[in-house]
Amino acid sequence: MNFSRPKGRDCSEVIFLRKYLLKKILIYVLTFFFAATINWAIPRFMPGNPIHFLIARFATLPESAKVLQSYFTQAFGLDRPLMEQYVNFWRAFFKGDLGISIYLYPQPVLKVILRSLPYTVLLLLPAIIVSFVIGNRFGAFVARKKYLDNIALPIFYTLTAAPYFWFGILLAWLFGVVLKVFPIAGAYSFAMTPSFSWRFVSNYLYHWILPFSSLVLVMLGGWAIGMRNMIIYELEANYSRYMEALGSSQSLIRRYAYRNAILPQVTGLAIQLGTAVAGTLTTEIVFSYPGIGYILMQGILNQDYFLIQGCFLFIIVGVLIANFIVDILYLIIDPRIRKSYTGEI
Amino acid sequence: MKKWFVVVFALVAIAIFAQGFERNQTVYIGGSLWSPPSNWNPFTSWNAVAGTIGLVYETLFLYDPLVGQFEPWLAESGEWVKPDTFRVKLRNNLTWQDGKQLTIDDIIFTFELGKKFSGINYSPIWNWLSRIEKVDSRTIDFIFSDPRYQEWGQQLISIAIVPKHIWEGKSEADILQGANEKPVGSGSYYVESWADDRNVFRKNANWWGIKELGLNPKPERVVVLRVLSNNVAVGMLMKGELDWSNFFLPGIPILQKSYGIHTWFKEPPYMLPANTTGIFLNVRKYPLSVVELRRAMAYAIDPNKIVDRAFEKMVTASNAAGIMPVPGWMKYYPDETVQKYGFKYDPEKAKAILDEIGFKDINKDGFREDAQGRPFKLTIECPYGWTDWMVSIQSIAEDLRKVGLNVEPIYPDASKYNDDLYGGKFDIILNNYVTGVSSTIWSYFNAVFYPDAVNADYSYSGNFGKYHNPEVATLLDELNRTSSNDQAKMKELVAQLSEILLKDLPFIPLWYNGAWFQASSDVWSNWPDTSNPYAWPIGWAGHWQLGGIKVLFNIEAK
Repeated sequence: MNFSRPKGRDCSEVIFLRKYLLKKILIYVLTFFFAATINWAIPRFMPGNPIHFLIARFATLPESAKVLQSYFTQAFGLDRPLMEQYVNFWRAFFKGDLGISIYLYPQPVLKVILRSLPYTVLLLLPAIIVSFVIGNRFGAFVARKKYLDNIALPIFYTLTAAPYFWFGILLAWLFGVVLKVFPIAGAYSFAMTPSFSWRFVSNYLYHWILPFSSLVLVMLGGWAIGMRNMIIYELEANYSRYMEALGSSQSLIRRYAYRNAILPQVTGLAIQLGTAVAGTLTTEIVFSYPGIGYILMQGILNQDYFLIQGCFLFIIVGVLIANFIVDILYLIIDPRIRKSYTGEI
Repeated sequence: MKKWFVVVFALVAIAIFAQGFERNQTVYIGGSLWSPPSNWNPFTSWNAVAGTIGLVYETLFLYDPLVGQFEPWLAESGEWVKPDTFRVKLRNNLTWQDGKQLTIDDIIFTFELGKKFSGINYSPIWNWLSRIEKVDSRTIDFIFSDPRYQEWGQQLISIAIVPKHIWEGKSEADILQGANEKPVGSGSYYVESWADDRNVFRKNANWWGIKELGLNPKPERVVVLRVLSNNVAVGMLMKGELDWSNFFLPGIPILQKSYGIHTWFKEPPYMLPANTTGIFLNVRKYPLSVVELRRAMAYAIDPNKIVDRAFEKMVTASNAAGIMPVPGWMKYYPDETVQKYGFKYDPEKAKAILDEIGFKDINKDGFREDAQGRPFKLTIECPYGWTDWMVSIQSIAEDLRKVGLNVEPIYPDASKYNDDLYGGKFDIILNNYVTGVSSTIWSYFNAVFYPDAVNADYSYSGNFGKYHNPEVATLLDELNRTSSNDQAKMKELVAQLSEILLKDLPFIPLWYNGAWFQASSDVWSNWPDTSNPYAWPIGWAGHWQLGGIKVLFNIEAK
């Protein structure tokens, strides 16, 4: 077969790209369906009943308690057979309705989540990006540098092995309780109302530093170790040795090695996303930071089916979208993938 | 260097700009807000921000547990003019926060909403209230088909009067499923703003009570904070960032001595009682169905050990009948009955009772078997994470094991615990949900004996062990239908109910959980205490009407 005509190559590239994306999208849709179903079912297998919480919270006269119980069981549709509740869940979902929170009655779940989403995103995204960039740079930097490597490696291992919540507690204790430099809880001071003023933003940042740092530090360790190992591997590769033999400078060789080493790191990013989200959730809980993780935790503690469902839906969608972006990113940074689809190599 | 300069500059800037409301006109309260503010709806008061009823919406009466008396609030007076007729006279010059007059029609409207919509929590009163009649422009008669004097009193301090002109055309779903984000009440404070961690109430400068009652709300703002852990609350209290705390905080003696934290009593127990905490026993499950076994358990448990160990003496052990030491209840305290049928900590006596009914350790495993020689094991439960209660049930299990009963403490999650409690799916369970302070002692006995629990799968109002006794149902009905003016009959009925409780023990009262109150004197002074008992010092939902509101009229800014 002859692929040398430029026009034919463009055409097949588009076809293969489409095929690649379609396949990915199909997988994502299926994943979403199953994940959403599981997350609908799990809270309902918990023992107990969310309506009990309402009543437990407020001592009232016996007859009133009965009215409350029957009215709200009906209002939330909890008296219906499970299958019907499940169908209703999807029906409402396609209308963009995630239900009413029981814990934060009568706020719609969507509103509750959208209110806490910015806190999570503003914590998670910068943490992922900063830790990825710094971790990789730093890992590449220490590779094959004897003394630095000996010092840095144990630190990286400690960081990456530390559970997010534990590290969060450690930082909170050190900087919040012992040194008293940073606040240990909340996203902004009690004496403030959220607004777009310098006063609020600075206060927000002041509260943001600790949870952000704890996330970055834990994530950073893993990237640095991975990068360090990859660089060492790449520096052993034939092309490096060849360049060395040609007399290329060390920095140029390292730059080539870095480009090759970053590829598995990006794959790692896609795999790590889920863990990073889970890490953010626990970090939020440690710092009482009002993001999705904190809300989810409250939802679970209060057996708020609709809130738990909604939070998980957002997390699932978020992780899937991020994975999809990484997939596309991969196509861009690694020409070999593209080329392999078109059969060039 | 430059970077450090930026950081230092930012921190300095934060320190300069980080100031909020004027401190000496703001009172910060904690201990009543556990979730982000989500509704201000007086019809869903179980989920509304505490203060929605009390600060924003008001009730016809308050009840002061410190003296055991009703206090007219929106009402100028209220009395039973006939056995079936309760006459309410409304005060003059009442206004809503939007400037409109609060009239008798608003009162009628509020009550009749319950007739119109069966989902409204007080709708069942219409099973025993037959009609409301307007006597003149300020007076109405509530005419009952079946006057339940005790329950009615509790309704008078619970039902929040709402403005007819705002709630009129709303459907049942609108009323019960609305957040009511801009509540318009008649009270001394309105909702100014809120965020996830606080709710800010602002003084209503045109409140009717300033003129009519001569009461002036002192703080310009009342900020209800959602403090997420008790440790944070302790820190804030010590720093003077929290003025009025209704948290259960450890280490009160130290806080009081070293930081000048104000409590109700200077000595133990420091706190007023808020409810009777004890164990419900599953009386339908063998061997707990054996009354002598329950009796032996009552003798075997040492409540004072719990008081010391779990609560650092911040609570007191209860009397055998569990009747809370508040004046409105103690006036009916059946001293003789308790002397005669009561119990006290006496493990030897417990062992003797068990020996007598043939519960002996035959297989020598350290635990007693039943009279037929069959071994048994019981569990006692409380929610996981409620540390004071977890220590308490450990102590109880330890006491029971000492007399040879195999009892193990278990700590399910709160959701499972609630399900076990309401569904009667437990052996022994520690609880206080429904045995709290109220305007009527009937509520305590109803919580202990609630007859409807027996045949319901789930029941929410007490008698969780499903104790069945038709005589009790009759006595409870009679107590509910006895006017508080008939003291002798009240006392007689309370004595009879106490006797049954002490003989059959479906519930073993152990201690009075506290009305947790600590205040900082940094900014505000003249907090209430035992030598200056002008108000019940609690701002929990349902407690503003018990006099909590009066704290705000009496504290002084420094």
